[in-house]
Amino acid sequence: MIGLDVLGLSVQAPGLAGWEQALPILRGEQRLDPDATLALPAPALLAANERRRAGLPVRLALAVCEAATRMAGLVPGEAPCVFGSSNGDGAVVHELLETLAGPDPALSPTRFHNSVHNAVAGYWSIATGSRAPVTCLGCHDATVAASLLKAAAEAVATGGPVLLCLYDAPMQPPLGALRVTTIGFACALLLTPAGTRREALPAGRIAVGYAPGGAEAEPAPLDEGLRALWSRNPVARALVLLEAIAREARRDLCFPYGGGRLLVRCG
Amino acid sequence: MTKLLLSASTLVTALGAGRQATLQALREERCGLEPCAFAEVTGGHVGRVHGLEEAGLGEAGAGEAGAGEAGAGEAGAGEAGLGDRFAHFDCRNNRLAALALRQDGFEAAVRAAAARHGAGRVAVVCGTSTSGILSAENAYRARDPASGLLPAWFRYDGSYDLFSLSRYVAERLGLEGPAMTVSTACASSARAVLDAAQLIEAGVADAAVVGGADSLCRLTLRGFASLELVSPERCRPFDRDRRGLSVGEAAGFALLERPDDVPEAANGGIVLSGAGASSDGFHMSSPRPDGEGAVLAMRAALARAGLAAEEIDHINLHGTGTRANDLMEGHAVRALFGDRPVACASSKGLTGHCMGSSGIVEALIAALCLEEGLLPRSFGLVDPDPEIPIRPLTETRSAHLRHVMSNSFGFGGVNVSLVLSRAQA
Repeated sequence: MIGLDVLGLSVQAPGLAGWEQALPILRGEQRLDPDATLALPAPALLAANERRRAGLPVRLALAVCEAATRMAGLVPGEAPCVFGSSNGDGAVVHELLETLAGPDPALSPTRFHNSVHNAVAGYWSIATGSRAPVTCLGCHDATVAASLLKAAAEAVATGGPVLLCLYDAPMQPPLGALRVTTIGFACALLLTPAGTRREALPAGRIAVGYAPGGAEAEPAPLDEGLRALWSRNPVARALVLLEAIAREARRDLCFPYGGGRLLVRCG
Repeated sequence: MTKLLLSASTLVTALGAGRQATLQALREERCGLEPCAFAEVTGGHVGRVHGLEEAGLGEAGAGEAGAGEAGAGEAGAGEAGLGDRFAHFDCRNNRLAALALRQDGFEAAVRAAAARHGAGRVAVVCGTSTSGILSAENAYRARDPASGLLPAWFRYDGSYDLFSLSRYVAERLGLEGPAMTVSTACASSARAVLDAAQLIEAGVADAAVVGGADSLCRLTLRGFASLELVSPERCRPFDRDRRGLSVGEAAGFALLERPDDVPEAANGGIVLSGAGASSDGFHMSSPRPDGEGAVLAMRAALARAGLAAEEIDHINLHGTGTRANDLMEGHAVRALFGDRPVACASSKGLTGHCMGSSGIVEALIAALCLEEGLLPRSFGLVDPDPEIPIRPLTETRSAHLRHVMSNSFGFGGVNVSLVLSRAQA
């Protein structure tokens, strides 16, 4: 298992607007507002022309990346990043696919470059002027498990901080009929190898490891309100992890990951 | 960084299937580009892999009828694939991957490695930019007019989804370690190599199948056309009169292991000695003109390899043939290597720009050059651009090589550089 300190974290989803606001809900002390909608801060880091081009995935990811980084006391853009998204920018891809199937298949160049899976990472590095390495994973239902494992491995291999960002935006039909994603969700965790930043008080401690074999059921949030969010977005699987960190309790999570499992020990 | 042995490797490009066919094309300077006539798209040239319309996903030699060729009956492919173990994954991109996996004894080498380490200790890390999106393009042409829904033969997770490639490769090779798909545009499979190296370094896996596949599709062809980056003639990287890129398709894979874990007989003699990455933080589709991001990636790769720039004997340049990329890369290489001329070349004049698979494919071409002592010329370069401060080779030469570098840059400002060395350099 790879031991990690969580120095900063953030979350955005309907009813969850940043870590401070979400904490009492994740701890089960307050109910999630079932009628809430996404309340994202404006992406202040982006220049005006980039802000105009930025779709929902960019705004989701930038909000949590900036908040988690600042909570950890780091400068935005300083840490290498692992971005994980199951669906990428499904809305942009849908528009391109519709155009390609239509009578005039000429594409919009902006839409085309925004369709790459690493567009969000690109906007983050542009917004922060970052030179730090980024990797971007797309692993269907295993996106949360794969991205967490990759971020943990990178933190250990480099001996430094890694920003993990998970995001997915709602999907429209017809692709959305095959990949049900009905809410926007994003979270970010600033991870360092355990004990490497003694001056910082971690918000949580986790240990991560992979084991082959034995697919099990996805672990669900304890809170009923959160379970409603959890089933509506592929990377909202991470809510279980956020809940365990928020509750500061020892909890062993086991995420199905392909033919294997990702084991996460919290606390 | 721990040096990792490339204990097996394989690739398929428009130059042919397998390492020998690739090497032969390099020696004969045989260009794989042809006028584009794919999925109603014309204009420019493409590096196309032929025979994918007939190639199935089954075991080697088990030919399949019916094909998912662009515009033709994708539905037919699904029916023809029934009963096949991998029918769920059938699409052009996975067919291309399958063609590569069948070459060069790669599957046998992976199975031997899985037996050594345990199948659960071998990771699969693949890069792709568009996965099987051609299937989605075809499905969008066959939407139900009333409901707007996609036809029943379309498999979202088996073809279109990015993870389809890594799942298919892992299942076909019988691997049970962590699998992941990396998608960082044209640097996808180069970044996948770095990601896999970190998994091994962190002890998450003992070995990894790394690589990638990207195949021709309307999105890529029309997307680069919309940016006015497609060359009307065959691409000519670093030439004064270069007019853009030619899109290609390719797949390539390597097996990475710690050298001590590999029996002598399987030791191919080439190691991944360094890998480095950076971001431009500049623009979504244009590189930072001064090449600073590219310099950072190359410098990081050299540092990880413990090498000085002057120890690099050959660079396989990203060299797309666009005005901006080649100028930027020229400045970056010059900034790092100084006045000492380094033997460098782009292989995209032969293969086309194979998008997310270009990183692994070009690293493997560089590895072939390293093994064979080949300094290839930069095909398509006739009249060097005086504004570019480096001079890629215009004639193929032989030399003893010890260390080579391969560069990959992508949209979003992603830069990756890999260094490969002789195991006994």
